[in-house]
Amino acid sequence: MSTTATNFTEEFVQVDFGKVHMMKGGTGQPLLLFQDDLGSPGWLPFYEDLARSFTVYVPSHPGFGKSERPNWMRSTRDLALSHLWLMKTLGLESASVVGIGFGGWVAAEMATMCHHIFDRIVLVGAVGVQPTEGEILDQILLSGEEYTKLCFHDPAKFEALYGAETTVDQREVWEVNREMAIRLAWKPYMFNQSLPHLLGGVDTPTLVVSTKDDKVVPASCGRRYADLLPNARLEVLRDCGHCADVEQPVELAALISGFVSQK
Amino acid sequence: MHLMYFTEQPMSDYPEEEARKAGGISALMLSNKHFDAVDGSRLYNERIEEYLYAEEVGVDGIMLNEHHNAPFCMQARVNMYASILAAMTEKVKIVLLGNPLPVSDNPIQLAEEIAMVDMISKGRLVSGFVRGGGSEQLANNTNPAYNRERFEEAHDLLIKIWSEPGPFRWEGNHYQFRVVNPWALPLQKPHPRIWIPGVSSIETVTWAAEHRYPYICLNTTIQQTQDIWEVYDQAAQRVGYKSGPEQRGYLIRCHVADTEEKAMKNGREFMWMLGEFTGLGHPVWFSPPGYSSPESRRRRAETQVTQRADSFDKQLENKNIIAGTPDQVIASLKQILEETRPSILALWGNDGKVDHKDSMDCIRLMGQEVMPALREIGKDLGLDSPFEVDSPISLAETPASELLPVTV
Repeated sequence: MSTTATNFTEEFVQVDFGKVHMMKGGTGQPLLLFQDDLGSPGWLPFYEDLARSFTVYVPSHPGFGKSERPNWMRSTRDLALSHLWLMKTLGLESASVVGIGFGGWVAAEMATMCHHIFDRIVLVGAVGVQPTEGEILDQILLSGEEYTKLCFHDPAKFEALYGAETTVDQREVWEVNREMAIRLAWKPYMFNQSLPHLLGGVDTPTLVVSTKDDKVVPASCGRRYADLLPNARLEVLRDCGHCADVEQPVELAALISGFVSQK
Repeated sequence: MHLMYFTEQPMSDYPEEEARKAGGISALMLSNKHFDAVDGSRLYNERIEEYLYAEEVGVDGIMLNEHHNAPFCMQARVNMYASILAAMTEKVKIVLLGNPLPVSDNPIQLAEEIAMVDMISKGRLVSGFVRGGGSEQLANNTNPAYNRERFEEAHDLLIKIWSEPGPFRWEGNHYQFRVVNPWALPLQKPHPRIWIPGVSSIETVTWAAEHRYPYICLNTTIQQTQDIWEVYDQAAQRVGYKSGPEQRGYLIRCHVADTEEKAMKNGREFMWMLGEFTGLGHPVWFSPPGYSSPESRRRRAETQVTQRADSFDKQLENKNIIAGTPDQVIASLKQILEETRPSILALWGNDGKVDHKDSMDCIRLMGQEVMPALREIGKDLGLDSPFEVDSPISLAETPASELLPVTV
C-alpha cells in the first residue's frame, strides 16, 4: 500500500470510554483530522502535506480501525461527544478540524454542541444532512470493497492505495468499520434530521468542499451545509470522487492550508 | 418421534431469465413486478389444501416459517398461516420455526398473536423463535448489529409476559414499554413449547441448550449435525441436565413419489432454491455488517464470493436431499436417524415447480407409508419426542430437584 511513512507517531490515547488509536505528525497549530468511516490504511500523503503547516491529529473514531469499541454508543452524536472528551484529554482547548465524509458529520455535530471548540471547520464530502436531491449511497447492500471502489472516481487511485487485490486484513478492517458505522447511523442512514436546525448557531468560519464526481454523497449535501452554516463558503473539486483526501491530496491540502491559516 | 411436514411455500412462477440476470440471487432485490397475484392466490390456497391433507394422512406436525422479499417463500408472517391452520385443523401440532424476534419492534403484540393461535388451536402450538437471516434484517430495516441482543431481549420479555402476571413495566436495552399487560395469554401453561431452528451459529446452539429448548438443525450435513449435538450436549451439561433425542430436531429435503423416475424429477426441484437458477444468497445480504459474531468476521473477510451448492447428484449421494419411492426414502432416513438421533424430524417435501397433484401424492406417501415406518424405527432407536417423554419445556421450568450439579 502506498502510504507515507515519514514523520508521524502512532499511539493509543486512553480515555475513560476506551483506547483511541491516534496518528500524529507535523508542527504548528493543532489540526484535527476526522476520517471517513472507511478509515485509512496508514499515514496518507494528504496528512503529510498538512503536517507541513500544522500539528495533525488523526484519531480513529471510537469503534473504528484499531480504536476500542464502546458498545454503549448508539448515535453519531454519542461519537461526537466522545471526541470532545478526547480533545480535553489531549489538552486541546480548541483546534481547527477537517472532516472527511462521515468525519465531516462528526465535526458538524461537535460544532453544534460547543460553538467555540473549533477555530476553523473544513467539511469535505460530508454526510450528516439529508440530501435535497439524490440519496447517500447505501454501503450496507455492498461489500466493503465494492463500496470503497465506488468512493473513487479514478480506479487507478483505488488500486494504488489498496492494491489490485485487496488483502484479507484490509477487508476485515472495513468490516469492523462498517459494523460501527451501522451501530451509529443505520436509520436514518448517514444523516441526522435535527442537525439542519442546529447548524445556524455555528458561526465558525467553515469551508465546505464538494467533489464533482462523488458517487456516494450528492452535491446537495454540500450545498445544504454551505446554506445552513452562517459563515461558510463552498468549493468544488474536479476529477475527484468521494475520497478527495486520496484522489486530490495536493489540491485539497492547499485549499485547507490556505483557509485554516487565515486569521 | 414427532414427524412433521414442511414446505418453504415457494413461488416459482416468474421468469427464470430474470433470476439468472440477477446472478441467481433472488432474495431481497428481485423486483416484485414479477409477482403474479393470480398465481399467488392459487398457490396460497393449494398450500392450505396440502396442510389439511397432511393432517388427514397422519403427520404429527406442520412446520411453518417466514421470509421476506423472496420468491422461495411466500409466507410473510408465520402467525398468519398458523391462525388459519389453528382454525381449520384439529389434531396436528402447529410448529412455528419460527417468529423472527429481532425484526419485531413490539414483542408484546407478538405474545398476543402467539397466545391467540395457541387458544384457537386448543393448545397445539409450538412457538419457535429465530434470529432471521441477514436479508430479513435488510427487508425489515432492523439493525443487524443488534440482532442477537434484540433476539435475547425480546425472548426474555415474552417469557416474562407468559410467566408473571401483568401489568409490569419493561425498561430494557432495546425495548421499553410503559405497560406490559396483554389480555390474551396462551392456553398451554406457562407457555407453548419453544424450539429453536438454525443452521450453523454456535452461539444460538449454545443459547438453545442453556434454555433447554430443542434445537432443530435445518438441512445440515450429517457431520455438521453431529458437531452441533456435541456443542449442545456440553452446554446442557454445564447448566445441569443431560440432553438427549428429545432436544434434537432435524429438517431434511425429502420428496416421495410412487416411482423413482418421478421422485428424481421432482426432487431435482430442490435445486431451484439451491442456486441452479435462483435462490442463492448474496454474501453481503446473507451476513450484513454486525449480523454475525466478531469471531466470524475474519472468515467473512476471506470469502466474498457467492457459494454455489453441490450438484443434485452429489447432494443425493451425501443425503442432503432424499428422493425416491417410500421404501427407498425409509432406508435413507433410517440411516440418518441412526447417525443423528433426533426425535423431531421435519420432512421438507416439495419445492420449486412441483405441482399440487404431485405435492399431494408426496404428502400421502409420507403420511401413510414413510412416517409409520419411521415411528417404528424411532421406537427401536429410543428416539422419544418431547411430547412422548413429557420433557420440561425449558430449563426455567425444570424442577430444581431434577437438575444435575452445575459444572463450571
